[in-house]
Amino acid sequence: MTRGRLKVYLGYAAGVGKTYRMLDEAQALRARGVDVVIGYFEPHGRPDTIAMTKGIETIPRRKIQYGGSIFEEMDTEAVLLRKPAVALVDEFAHSNIPGSGREKRWQDVRVLLDDGIDVLTTMNVQHLESLNDQVWHVTGVRVRETVPDWVVDEADEVVLVDLTPRALRNRIERGAVYAPEKARRAMENFFTEANLSALRELAMRHTAHEVEERLFPPKPGERILICLTGRPASANLIRRGKRVADYLQAECLAVHVAAPGENDEAVNRHMSFARNLRIQTHVIQGEDIPRTLAEFAHSQRVTQIFMGRSGPRPWWKRFGETVVQQVVRQARDLQITIVAERRR
Amino acid sequence: MERRPTPDELLRRVQAEERRENRGRLKVFLGYAPRVGKSLRMFDEGRRRKERGQDVVVAAAQDKVTDDVRKLLGCFESIPQISGAIDLPGIFKRNPQACLIDPLAYDNPPGARNAQRWQDVEEILNHGIAVITALNVHHIREQQDQVERITGKRAARSVPEAFVREAEEIEVVDTPADTRELAELRELALLAAADVVDQQLQEYLDCHGVVAHWGTQERILVCLTPRSDAEAMLKSGHRNAQRFHGALLAAYVEQDNLKPEDRAKLDQHMALARELGAEMHSLKGDFVGSVVELAQRERITQIFLGHTQREHSPIEKLIDYAENFDVRLFPHGDHS
Repeated sequence: MTRGRLKVYLGYAAGVGKTYRMLDEAQALRARGVDVVIGYFEPHGRPDTIAMTKGIETIPRRKIQYGGSIFEEMDTEAVLLRKPAVALVDEFAHSNIPGSGREKRWQDVRVLLDDGIDVLTTMNVQHLESLNDQVWHVTGVRVRETVPDWVVDEADEVVLVDLTPRALRNRIERGAVYAPEKARRAMENFFTEANLSALRELAMRHTAHEVEERLFPPKPGERILICLTGRPASANLIRRGKRVADYLQAECLAVHVAAPGENDEAVNRHMSFARNLRIQTHVIQGEDIPRTLAEFAHSQRVTQIFMGRSGPRPWWKRFGETVVQQVVRQARDLQITIVAERRR
Repeated sequence: MERRPTPDELLRRVQAEERRENRGRLKVFLGYAPRVGKSLRMFDEGRRRKERGQDVVVAAAQDKVTDDVRKLLGCFESIPQISGAIDLPGIFKRNPQACLIDPLAYDNPPGARNAQRWQDVEEILNHGIAVITALNVHHIREQQDQVERITGKRAARSVPEAFVREAEEIEVVDTPADTRELAELRELALLAAADVVDQQLQEYLDCHGVVAHWGTQERILVCLTPRSDAEAMLKSGHRNAQRFHGALLAAYVEQDNLKPEDRAKLDQHMALARELGAEMHSLKGDFVGSVVELAQRERITQIFLGHTQREHSPIEKLIDYAENFDVRLFPHGDHS
C-alpha cells in the first residue's frame, strides 16, 4: 500500500489562520470530488473557521474518561474504518489524554498515513522539539507539547501560513481569536510584538529549511557525537547537537560513558529522549571517561564531538584538567563543541 | 532586559515616530512566483478593511486577473490610470485612506511623473495614504543575482530592497512549489522575508531600549590568531553560516608586538575571512573579556576557536564565561 501524503500548515501562533487555510484546501478538494473527512477539528468558537467546515463530513470524536472528567480525542480507529482519501487533523502537536491508545496526536496521524490516508494538519513552529530552547529563550515560555523534527521532515509538504504580528494583534483585539479576558492576558504576555516577530522569523526560516531539505537530500559525511551525562543540561545539549547535525546534514549519535554497575535514571531518560529524536544511542563502560570517549569517537569515525560544560570542580581538583580539557587533549584531530546553557 | 536609551537613540526614536505618524502605512504581499495567489490575498485584505469602514480604492490592477480577483475588484471604487501610469493628482484629490496597487514592480511609460511605480507609491505614502501592494521576489533588486543563478533569467523591472524594508508589514504568500526551480525561488522568498522581519525586530527592540542577547538566526564568530588553523575554521564557519542561512563574523586581537611572520599569517587569515564575506571586528585588551563582550553585542550563537595543547590557554576561561553561545574548538593544523 502506498503511504498517505502528509501536508503541514505551519504557523507561529494561535490565530494566524492555519486551520482556515487547511479547511480552504479541504473545500477545494471536495469541490474536485475528493473524499475528505474531518478527523479532528478545534473550532475555538471562531465563526469564520466553523463556516469553512460546511459540507465536510466529521468523524465523531472518541470520549475518554480521565480523572473524573470526560475528554474528547480523535477517534483514529473510526477514521481508519471510514477510510477516506484525505483526513483533516488539527493541532498536530497535541498530547492525547492518558487512555487514548497513543500518547501523541502525531502518532495517530502516522497510523492514518500508514493506512494510505492523506492527512492535512496544522502546527506552530514553537512545537518543534529542536527549537524548544530557542523559543524559551525568546519568549520565556517552555513549550511542553513538542513534535520531534523527523516527523515534520517526513511530511511531503510544509506550507507557511503567514500573517503580520500587527494583523494578528488586531484580530486578537477584535476578539476573533480569544474571549476578551483571555485576549487581554495573551496580548500582555505571549503575544507581544517582539515575541510574535521572533516566532514568525523562526517559522519563515524553518519553512525555508524544510524546502531546502527536499531540494538537497542529505549526503552524509560528517558524524556528530553527543556526549551525555545525567546532568539536566543534557536535554539542551541533545537538542542543540541534533539541530546542528540536521542543518549540516550530518549523522548524529549519542554516547554515555557509564561507571561499572551504574544505572542512572536521569541518563536513561536522556537516552530515551535522544532515541525519540532518532539519534542512535550507545552506552559504553569505562573508568577513564575522557579516554573512553575519545577512543569511541575515533572508532565511530566521528568528526565532531558535542559536550556540555564540565560541572563545578571541588577545590582539590582545580589544578588538574577538566573533562573537557582532557577530551580536547585526547581527541586530537576532532572538533569539539562545548554547548553553553541558554539563559534569559 | 530593559536599559535606559541614550540621547541619540531617543532622538532617532522621536524622528522615526514623527516620520511614521505622517506617512501612510505600506503593506506588501510577497510571493515567489506569479500565480501563487498574491493578488487574491491583497484584494481580500482590501475587502476586509473596507468592511471595517476604511475608505479603500484601487489605484492599479493587472490586465489579466483570475475570476476570484475579478469578483473582488468589483467591490471597489477604482481611480483609472492615465496613459499607463497611476493618476497621482487624481488620488491626492480623492484622498482615500488606502490604495490597492497591483503589482508594485512596474515601469511607467516614458514621460510619466516617475520612472517606476514604487516611486509613485512613495509619493502616495508621503501624502498619508496607506498602500497595499504585491511583489515577487525576483523583482527585488538585491535578490536578482540570486534569482538569475536559479533561473538563468533576470527580470527587467525591479524595486530596491531598501524600499521594501521600509514597509510596516510584509506578508509571505506561501504555497507548495511544483518544480525544483520554483522551490529554490520559494526558499529565497522565505529567507528574504525572514531577513526583513529580523531587521524590523532589531529596530523595534532598539527603539524600546531592549537589549536582546538572543537571536533567531545562527551567528558564527571565528577568532583568528596567527597560529590557529584559520583556513579550516573559516571554511567551516562559512559552510555553517550558509547551511543555517546565518551570519559569519571574524575577530582578531590587535597586537603591536607581533613577529613579522605571525603578522603575515594573520594578514593572510584576514584576507581569507574577507573573501568569504565575514564581517570583521578587531579586539583590544583582554582576550576573553573582549570576545565575550563582542559575542553578547553581536548576538553570537557559536564561537570558533583554535585549541593548542599548551597549558594556561584562555579557552577554559572562555568556556566558563560562555553564556548563550557554544564554543567550537578546532585543532591547530600543526598538531602531532
